[in-house]
Amino acid sequence: MKELLTGNEAVARGAWEAGCHVAAAYPGTPSTEILENLARYEDVYCEWSPNEKVALEVAAGASMAGARSLCAMKHVGLNVAADPFFTMAYIGVNGGFVVVDADDPGLHSSQNEQDNRWYALHAKVPMLEPTDSQECLDFTKAAFALSEKFDTPVLLRLTTRICHSKGAVETGERTELPVKDYVRNPSKNAMLPAAARVRHALAEERLLELQEYNETSPFNLLVPGEGSLGVIATGVGYQHAREALGDRASYLKIGMTWPLPLKLMADFASSVETLWVVEENDPFVESGLRALGISCSGKDRLPLVGELSPAILAKAILGEEEMSGKKTGIPVPDRPPLLCAGCPHRGLFYALSEKKDLVVMGDIGCYGLGSLPPLNVGESTICMGAGFSAAIGFQKADERAGRTRKVFGLLGDSTFFHSGITGLIDAVVNKSKAAFVIMDNRITAMTGQQENPGTGRTLGGEDTAALNIGRICAACGVREENIHTVDPYDLAASRKAVQAVIETPDTAVILTTRPCALLRDVREERAGMVCVVDTEKCVLCLSCLKPGCPAITKAEGRIVIDSKACNACGLCLQLCPTGAISKEAAGHE
Amino acid sequence: MNKKNTSVLIVGVGGQGILLAGKILSEGLLTFGYDVKMSEIHGMAQRGGSVSSHIRYGEKVFSPVIDRGRADLIVAFEKVEALRWLPWLSPEGTLLVNNEEIYSMPVILGRQAYPDRLEEVLPSLVPSVKVLEASKIAREAGEPRGANMVLLGGAVALLGLNERDWGSILDKGLPSRGREKNKEAFARGVASLKA
Repeated sequence: MKELLTGNEAVARGAWEAGCHVAAAYPGTPSTEILENLARYEDVYCEWSPNEKVALEVAAGASMAGARSLCAMKHVGLNVAADPFFTMAYIGVNGGFVVVDADDPGLHSSQNEQDNRWYALHAKVPMLEPTDSQECLDFTKAAFALSEKFDTPVLLRLTTRICHSKGAVETGERTELPVKDYVRNPSKNAMLPAAARVRHALAEERLLELQEYNETSPFNLLVPGEGSLGVIATGVGYQHAREALGDRASYLKIGMTWPLPLKLMADFASSVETLWVVEENDPFVESGLRALGISCSGKDRLPLVGELSPAILAKAILGEEEMSGKKTGIPVPDRPPLLCAGCPHRGLFYALSEKKDLVVMGDIGCYGLGSLPPLNVGESTICMGAGFSAAIGFQKADERAGRTRKVFGLLGDSTFFHSGITGLIDAVVNKSKAAFVIMDNRITAMTGQQENPGTGRTLGGEDTAALNIGRICAACGVREENIHTVDPYDLAASRKAVQAVIETPDTAVILTTRPCALLRDVREERAGMVCVVDTEKCVLCLSCLKPGCPAITKAEGRIVIDSKACNACGLCLQLCPTGAISKEAAGHE
Repeated sequence: MNKKNTSVLIVGVGGQGILLAGKILSEGLLTFGYDVKMSEIHGMAQRGGSVSSHIRYGEKVFSPVIDRGRADLIVAFEKVEALRWLPWLSPEGTLLVNNEEIYSMPVILGRQAYPDRLEEVLPSLVPSVKVLEASKIAREAGEPRGANMVLLGGAVALLGLNERDWGSILDKGLPSRGREKNKEAFARGVASLKA
C-alpha cells in the first residue's frame, strides 16, 4: 500500500531502506524533518550536530570508516559545510556518502535564495534532483549505490516545495548492510598537497565517467508528446510543466543534473522545433545546453526570482493569461509573523527598545522578529553567528567615526553553539567594546523545537551533558562581573542589565535564561496562568500594548487579554502605571 | 490546465490546526483511491503568520500548488484570511469561511483596519459562500479547540465525500486525547453543510 509522505519523510525512509548507518544534521527549514524522521528508526545512529560543518564531517568520517552515511542541511548550511564538502570530493568514500541539500526558492524561511546546484559543478560531485516524494525515496536509495560505485559523495538537491509536499509513495524494506572494513590509506584519505594533486586528477576523470553514465542513467526520463514543443525540466518545475502543458509538449526530465547528460539533451533538442528549459532560480541546466551551442528559451522568459507555478509556465510558454482571481477592493490587513504571547525574548527586547542611542546587530532565529514593529530592535540579519562578529566590526567603525553609541550583538542559544562562540572569542581577544546578548530559551525554537548542546538531550531523547553558556562565556575570557544573567520576564532586571553593559567599556554579555513559552514543560507548568485587566483601574494609556504581545488587544474601548493565549509572563503588568493588570488562575475572570 | 483534478486550499492563521485538517483530508483521499498531492509552508508561518495548505486530488496529479483563480474550494479558518486568499478561488468555486476574527499585530497597533462585517460582505463578492460558526459548533460538541474538525467536516460535505468512511481516517489522524469529541465536531461540521 502506498503512504502519503513529504519529500523529507521519503528521504528519511529511503536512507533507512538503503541501510544507512550514520546520519547528522543541523536543523534548518526546509530540511529539518529529514533527521527527525530518520531518528525514529532504531538501526540508524542520528545526531543533531552543533552546525552543518560538524554534521558533514561526522558523516564523512563515518563513510571513511565504512558506514553508509548521510548529512542534511538547508542551502545556507552548505556554505558553512563547504570546506569539508569540497575536499571530500577528492577523498571519495568507503561507505556510501550522501549530502542532502534543501534550497528555498521563494525564500519562505531563509535569508537568501541561492541555487546550490552550482556547488555540484564547483565541487565536482554528482547531483540528483527528485521531482516528487516517490523520487525522494528512490533517489536517496540510489544515491548510496551511486556514491559507492563511483567513489564520490553525492549531492541530493531538494527545494522547499519538494521537502514539504506530500505525495503517494511506495515504500520498501531495509537492506541490512555491514559496515565495510577500513584499511589505512593516507594517499586517499589524507589530503596533503602531494596526495591531493593525484586525487584532483582522479576527480576530473570520475566526472567524465559520471557524464557517460548519466547519458543512460535511470534518473532521467523521456516523455513523448504530440506537438513540436519540447521541455527540458528539473525538480518541481517538471511537475508544473506537466500540469500546465499536458500532452502538448514532449518532456525530458533530468533527475541527475550534474554532470549533465549532454548527448541526451542534444538529441532531445534536435527532435523538437521549440525548446524550453524549465528550472527554478538560476539557468543551471540551460547554461549547459547553451554551451553546446543549442538555442532555447529559459531564463530570458522565466523568472530568476521566486518559485515557478503552472500558471507562470502556461503564460510564458503558451501565452495563456494568468487568471487574476476575484478583486475585492477591500484593503487586507497584513499578518506578519510575530513573537508568541509569553515569548521570553520580548522582555529584553522591550528594555533595549527603550534606549535611543544604541545599535543591535541581529541574527537568524525567532529573535529576528524583534526587528518588526512595535519593538523595532535589530539592524541586521546576515547569517548564523554574524550577530556577534558583525557587531565587533560595526563598533570598531563607529569608534573611528567618533560615534559613541553602544553596539550590541544578539543571538540565541543554538546560534551561540553553531557559530557565536568564535565571534565572542574574537571580541574578548581584540578588546571589543560591544555588548553581546545570548537569548537562551533552552531550545532551537524557530525550526520547531530541536535539541541543542544546551538542552541536555540528544536527538534520540537521551539525557546528555547540558553545556553552560555563562561558563563558556567566562572561559572565552569575558570577566565574571561583565556577564549579566537575567530572567527576561523581569523587566527591572532586564533594564538594569542593559544599563550595566552600556556603562562598561569592556566586552560584556547579557544572558537571558527563560525557556521558550511553547515548550511542553513550560506550557504544562503555566497552564491556567493568565493576566487579567481591572477595567475600573485601567486608564487606557495603552502602555501594555507597547511590547506587541498578541494576547493583548484594545476592543470596544477597553483592553482585553486573551486568556487562551496569555501565559502570565507579566510583562504587561510591569508596564501598567495604575496596577490594573494582575495575575490570576484562568477561569476566575 | 488539467481540469479533471480538484483543488482545495485551506487557509488561516498559525496555530489554528490547519495543517492537521489538511493532513487528515489528504490521508482520506489517498485511502479512497485518489492520487493526492498536498503542499504546505512551515517556518516563519508558525509564528502567528498566514498559513496555507494546498491539496490537489484526482486520477493523476502533477503540480502540488494551486494558482490564482484555480481553487475549487477554499476553506478559510479566519475571515481576513478568506479575503486575502479570495483571488485564488475559481469563478465556479465555493468559499467556506469560519466566522472568526483574529487580529494581526498591525491591527492590534491600530495601524491597519480589520474590515467590518466580512461574514456579510464575502457572500456579496463571490457566488458561492458558506459561513460556519465553527468555534460555537465545536464548543457544542464539547471540544472548544475543535473548530478545525468542524471546518474539515464542512469541507468533506461540500466536496461530496461525506458518505465515505471517515471514522478510521480520523482515528488514525487525531491524537488520542479528545479524539471522540473531535470526531463529534467533525460530524457536526458534516451535518451543517451536507446537501
